[in-house]
Amino acid sequence: MSWTGWLQAGFVLLIIILATKPLGSYIAAVFAGERNVLSKLLRPIEHGCYRLCRIDPQREMLWQEYGGAVLIFSLVGCGYLFALLLTQAYLPLNPQHASNFAPDLAWNTAVSFTTNTNWQFYSGETAMSQLSQMIGLAWHNFVSAATGIAIAIAMIRGITRRGIATLGNFWVDLTRALLYLLLPLSLIGALALCWQGVPQNFHRYTQITTYEHGSQLLPQGPIASQEIIKLLGTNGGGYVNANSASPSENPTPLSNLIEMVSMFLIGAALTYTYGRYARDQRQGWAIFVAMAILFVAGFASVYAAEAAGNPIVHQLGVAGGNMEGKEVRFGLPGSALFATMTTDTSCGAVNAMHDSFTPLGGLVLLLNMQLGEVVFGGVGSGLYGILLFVILTVFIAGLMVGRTPEYLGKKIERREVQYAILAALVVPIFALLPTAIAAVLPSALNTLGNAGPHGFSEILYAYSSGVNNNGSAFGGLGPNLWWNLSLSVVMLVGRFGIIVPALALAGSLANKRVVPASVGTFETCSPIFVLLLIGVILIVGALTFFPADALGPIVEQLLMQKGTTW
Amino acid sequence: MNKRSATWGQSLLYTFWSVIVFGLLYPLMIAILAHYLMPIQADGSLIRDKHGVIIGSSLSGQLFTKQGYFHSRPSAAGNGYDPTQSGGSNLGPTSNKLIETTRANVLHLRQENPQAPATIPADLASTSASGLDPEISPEAATFQLARVANATQLSGTQLRALIQLQTIQPELGFIGEPRVNVLKLNLAVQNLIFCTHLPRDCRTSVK
Repeated sequence: MSWTGWLQAGFVLLIIILATKPLGSYIAAVFAGERNVLSKLLRPIEHGCYRLCRIDPQREMLWQEYGGAVLIFSLVGCGYLFALLLTQAYLPLNPQHASNFAPDLAWNTAVSFTTNTNWQFYSGETAMSQLSQMIGLAWHNFVSAATGIAIAIAMIRGITRRGIATLGNFWVDLTRALLYLLLPLSLIGALALCWQGVPQNFHRYTQITTYEHGSQLLPQGPIASQEIIKLLGTNGGGYVNANSASPSENPTPLSNLIEMVSMFLIGAALTYTYGRYARDQRQGWAIFVAMAILFVAGFASVYAAEAAGNPIVHQLGVAGGNMEGKEVRFGLPGSALFATMTTDTSCGAVNAMHDSFTPLGGLVLLLNMQLGEVVFGGVGSGLYGILLFVILTVFIAGLMVGRTPEYLGKKIERREVQYAILAALVVPIFALLPTAIAAVLPSALNTLGNAGPHGFSEILYAYSSGVNNNGSAFGGLGPNLWWNLSLSVVMLVGRFGIIVPALALAGSLANKRVVPASVGTFETCSPIFVLLLIGVILIVGALTFFPADALGPIVEQLLMQKGTTW
Repeated sequence: MNKRSATWGQSLLYTFWSVIVFGLLYPLMIAILAHYLMPIQADGSLIRDKHGVIIGSSLSGQLFTKQGYFHSRPSAAGNGYDPTQSGGSNLGPTSNKLIETTRANVLHLRQENPQAPATIPADLASTSASGLDPEISPEAATFQLARVANATQLSGTQLRALIQLQTIQPELGFIGEPRVNVLKLNLAVQNLIFCTHLPRDCRTSVK
């Protein structure tokens, strides 16, 4: 490990800390409908959209209606992408003549992008037309991210509102997230990435005669515009197969920095927005600190493991850390940092191949996802995810002191805890059950790229990634009917199986009477609470997954030290 | 019932307008701005020779095999350095195949560079994540120095200076890693050979 590596990580965290307050208060103003710097420019577009789509922006929705709109809009978007992928060969902007998708792959991809997972069983540079990339995938990157943000805002309203049963209007929240937040940030970011070398054009692929007279075909297309929203919206689906490891998507350490900051930016700012709504910024910062601690711990472990390297490779006379599946310009710290952040959030973009990480490094990435991706998390989903953990923590703390638990003055009762538990159970059930099935299913096992415990890790990683809508992979899996269908189910349940209980919980809290705080009220912004919250996240996540993780990365790490290979 | 059918209609209309704005207008706008503000990057950072023929791109590494060239890292993209099949080996740390491939890489590097230092830099013996890594570490360049010097009749001092000149340092000293673009280094080597023979006609066309 080098001090420059640590400095780089510290620098990223510093940018995030500095951006959290200004961006968080801007987001709060946007969703409250207050005048802001972009109002003059964007308000006409916003209202034009409401008129066109016959939306009454004044009408507030109960949680059932809000959730219904989320589900129906997602379903329409999913069907739209499914149809687009089945017919892309007949459509324009297809300079490389990409053919139509097979139905099961089209379905997997449509679900994957609708649920903000962006799991990819295809190679973007050969399988996708430029049109599909733009109006299919990049569009989904925008709306699935905005949907997540809208739900987070609805949940914040539910927790902090007093005497109002409604959660806001989904269409208004969606539009504001798209226009005021994602669009301006993407415009700036796309130009910055292009400046660093990410292409943005509509050319055919470029024929290159290499220096030794070989031949190469360089992918071209609107890559920069899609790249930035892939990270800002924590989507993660790459334009090309190698994702952010490819120089076409991520050409320099500076572009790498922009991409890493983009992953955390909105998720971190939402904690401040939350504090603003709660009329107590400390509530937001308490959550921020818990997240930051888990982030630093994760990075330190991955960086240490990768810098220690692979002893079996060292014996061959190779010096240094584990560079298999990593790029020279990012090196060990730039790869370890990106990998930690992409699994902390629901992003899933990769700038190094997670499959080739050391077992211990891979274990931390796996754990980050299994904890529910609440370390800044996916845009929106990170906040509503950790708020579910906050409710659980308050409940457990209440049990310990023997008082009715309350959060921000609202009593946490049976129904709220049931919803929180329901959401907390979705992740382990839909990650572990399919893993168990796939581990004995020949059609799943035949496609594994690695044998021994690493092969098991590939399966476990796939479903942990799917159910948490991450989308990164231990890339060794080959797509077939089983993987396409089972992962699509897991991704759907992982997305909507959390959204529905989260909204239900918000709806149930919205209508509650506020009881004034007393001496016995448990402080939810104290250091003790932060520690307790981290404890609950680790216990719920780690203990559920420990047995499975022990069979994969943990046993592999021990055997690697002994020099065993498969 | 009424409310639900209204939601379907809203969803369809919303998909329609947002596809036009975010799927078409937004990338088009970036493309136009990029075309005028940074045309070289927008078109894929292509590298041309003196006659204008495209011989590479900063966005893709190439295969170099001749003794007089610095070599890139091993590549798992297609049959090697295929930009339409970008990707890594996806082999885990305890994979037999990984160890065998690495052993073969090590053997090959040893045979080609008999005068090289005892330990091999990690990046030179391992495949990159994209299979298109255009760069190697300065250590990996130095490892190949004696071989290139023998084949090109250039002195070690000259080549060492060239590697130093071609090394890109981390931004602000800590963002990224020191690295050398292999294609640009080889172009610089060729330029140096050219200059040694025809000093008067020497133009430093390659930075």
